[in-house]
Parts: sequence; C-alpha cells; structure tokens
Amino acid sequence: MWQGLAGIALFLALWQIGTWLRLPMLRHVPAPLDVLVQFATVVQSRQYWLSWYVSGQRVFLGYAIGVLLGVPLGLAMGMSRIFHGVSFPLVEVLRPIPPLAWVPLSILFWPTMEQTIVSIIFLGAFFTVVLNVLGGVEAIDVSYQRAALSMGARPWHLFWRIVLPATAPSIFTGMAVGMGLTWEIVVAAEMIASIQAGLGFMMWQAYVGGNIALIIVSMASIGLAGLLSSTLIWALGRRLTPWLRRT
Amino acid sequence: MTGALSIRNVGKVYDPDGARVFALDDVSLEIAAGELCVVVGPSGCGKTTLLNCIAGFDTVSAGEISIDGALLAAPGRHLAPGADRMVVFQAGALFPWKTVLWNITCGPVLSRRLTRPDAEARARALLSRVGLAGIEAQYPAELSVGMKRRVEIIRALINDPTVLLLDEPFRALDALTKSVMHEALLELYDLSRKTIFFITHDLEEAIFLADRVAVMTTRPGRVKKIITVDLPRPRNYRLLATPRYGELKQEALEAIHEEALKAFVAGERELA
Repeated sequence: MWQGLAGIALFLALWQIGTWLRLPMLRHVPAPLDVLVQFATVVQSRQYWLSWYVSGQRVFLGYAIGVLLGVPLGLAMGMSRIFHGVSFPLVEVLRPIPPLAWVPLSILFWPTMEQTIVSIIFLGAFFTVVLNVLGGVEAIDVSYQRAALSMGARPWHLFWRIVLPATAPSIFTGMAVGMGLTWEIVVAAEMIASIQAGLGFMMWQAYVGGNIALIIVSMASIGLAGLLSSTLIWALGRRLTPWLRRT
Repeated sequence: MTGALSIRNVGKVYDPDGARVFALDDVSLEIAAGELCVVVGPSGCGKTTLLNCIAGFDTVSAGEISIDGALLAAPGRHLAPGADRMVVFQAGALFPWKTVLWNITCGPVLSRRLTRPDAEARARALLSRVGLAGIEAQYPAELSVGMKRRVEIIRALINDPTVLLLDEPFRALDALTKSVMHEALLELYDLSRKTIFFITHDLEEAIFLADRVAVMTTRPGRVKKIITVDLPRPRNYRLLATPRYGELKQEALEAIHEEALKAFVAGERELA
C-alpha cells in the first residue's frame, strides 16, 4: 500500500520537475499542480459525478449480464462434450472480433444508444469470462471426480462440490480481467457514440473545448474507476476462495 | 468377515485407432478377506489399469472381478464406483477448497451414512491415532505431503470400504517419510483389517507391508509370481534388518529384475 503510494508520488514529482524544466514533450501538458486545481473545481460540479454514475451504470449492467451468462455457458461447455462441440467454434469465431467492431451493427440492432453501449460492454466481459471458466473446468484433475465417485457422490454433488469450487479461481480471474476490459470499452464507446454524459464523453468534451487539464482529470478518473472495480472483484474473489489465501 | 476380492482371467485391450494394445492379459489373483496384497511390477505393466477396473473407473475386456461372490466387472458390465471400493490416488486427491475435517467427513455425511457429529468424532480419533491431532481446520495446501497422504488414507477408511485400493500412495515421498507412512498405514490396517489392494514398484515397501506380494510382468500385464510374506505382525522398522526379510526381498528382486530389464529393452527399442 505505502509502496504503491510512494510510486505514484514519485511519478507525479518527476512530472512536476519535468514541467519546471520545460521539457519539450511536456510543452502542452499542464503541471500536476494545475491538474489538481482543475480536479478540485470539477469535483464540485454535479456534471462530474453524473459522468461517474452514468459510465458506472453502463459498465455494471453490461458486465453483470456478461458474467451471469458467461459463467453458466463456460461451465456447460466444460462439462458437456456435445455442447462444447456445438458452441466452441462459434465462440472462437466471434471472440477475436473487437467489441468496438460491433458498434455499427449494434446501432442498427438496438433502439437506443444506451442499449448499444451496454451490449458492447457485455460482449467484452462475456467472452473473457466464458474462456476463463471453460479453461478452469478443463483443468480440473480427474482424480477429484473419481475420489468423489468413490465416496458415493451423486451427479449434483459432482457439480456443486467439485466442479464449482474447483473452477472458482478461474471464474474470479475471468471476472477481474473482464472488468478491466469493460472500462476500456465504455470510454471508447462514449467517445464515438452520440450520448450526453459519461467519463469518456467528459474527456471528449474537454478535448473539443481545449481544456487539457480536464482531459487529464478525466483520464485519472477512468483509471480510478477501473482500479476501484477491479479491487472489488478481487476482494470478492478472495472472500469466496479462502483456501487460496494462506498458501 | 467380508472383502474377498477375486480377479479371474482379466484382460484389458485398449483399441485406439485399431492399434490393439494389450494392457492386461489373463490376470488372476485371489485376495482373501482382510488380506493386505501388494502388486509390484515395472512401470507400464498395467497395475493402475487393474486398479481402475476394480474401482469401476475402467472396464475389462475379458474375465471377471468380484467381491464376496458379487460381480464387479465383466466384459460389457461394470459396477459404478462406490464407497465399497475406496481409492487413494498416486498424486493425491484431497479437495483443496475444503478443510481437512470436511475432506475426511464429506463422504459419509453427504451420503447420510453417518451424522456430522459422529463422523467428526471418528475423524478426530483417527487423526490423533496417526499423530495428526489439531490439523482439522487447516486446508490441504498447508500440510506436508506426508500429512496429506495420512489424511487421505483416513478419508478412505472412514467410508468403511469393503476393499481399500491404494495406487502408489507413497511414491512422491522421501525415504524417511515413507517409513513413517508405512508404520501409520499398518497401524490403521491393524485397527480394522480391511482388504487392501496396494500398488507400488518399491519392493522393500511391498514386502514390509504385504501378506502376499504379486509380481506382474511387463506389458501385457500378467501375474508372474506370488510371494507369501510370512513375517509376523504387528511389524515395525526393525523387521528390515532380519534375515527372513532379506531372503524375501532377494526372491522378489529376482522376479522383478527380469521384467524391469524387459521393460527397459522394450523402451529402448521404442525410442530407437
């Protein structure tokens, strides 16, 4: 924690010294202190917190649907050979398409821009979760299932007591990686879509208005939002996989 | 007393893409109720295949396996795995996501053969019996390999199997830990006298533990020789220095060395 803060402080100090020294590449970049001043003004505006709320809501919706559909699908693909055969090639064809490449088609498909953005965030989280969960199921040591069968386990025992806990670490890894992706996607989507609020929108407005300090404030806010949500996922993961904590 | 395991003319052919591989060929072995029978043989002789057929993880291509006259496996038929034939695996299969106590008690509790308090009381008693009192709340990852193996054997015994199947359980252990494990296993064996089917390629281990040692040939696996170990029980490490132990070891060594050599030459030929 302290080392992390020290690293951030060092980065800011170097940046500040760089602007004092008038380094050429920092010519158009405001000093951290100026950014801080801009930040202090912006946090007082309702618009700023609305941007957090709006982007956060888009991320949460798309991500939640992605996880809720991705986890069962990954589990099903890992457990059923037939289902794997049917769905895996399809997933492998759709997965390499960058979520933003779906934008034009999504705009035609969904009635509102809001739904378009949420659906694109969903795609980013969904494929990441599916593949991690599938990998987790496939990596389960067959000895666990055999040991359970020897002890008289029924099929539902195998699922709830073996497959699910054995896959839990992969589920949370997929969720954390997927969470990182969703913030990348929401910002990009807000910059290209015609909507009226969001952290990405705020940054684009600052760019159009030539307010460079506000651009940096927006960037830092996006970084913070990503950090916060990933921390939440990791904390949830640690809580639900206590056997990994002490090793 | 129950647990007489009868293996009659068992064969196993793997047929991947028409290349018929004979893993087992006409294996016969009669194991009496309460006997500790150790099967030794070179790597790849089909020991584990035979164990998997008994456990119900694999099917036989010929012959039949039965316990106390009840058929377990025959071509086209096999009894699904169950608590009557508990397996302790080579690489270990304690559930990492559960504590030691839950790992031991889950079988009888989830299948309602024991109440949770009863199962936990038995688990604690068995753990302290092998010097592991106090580790109930720990996760497997926090234990040494030797501790894990003992926990796993206890987990198998608490399910009250008719036959206990052990697949090279002490393979990954150093010599010192191994000798502690052998005494722990014999201590638990003397408590309940379950029929034990134990696989290894360690001859010293085989003779120290067994009532009878079955030496298997290299692939296709066959029973080449049965050595009756007439050493008294209870046994401890002092046995290793007795002349009778030395004679038995010599006898087993001669039988298995020939097979090991054949397996080695076959391996060389495959590589060439």
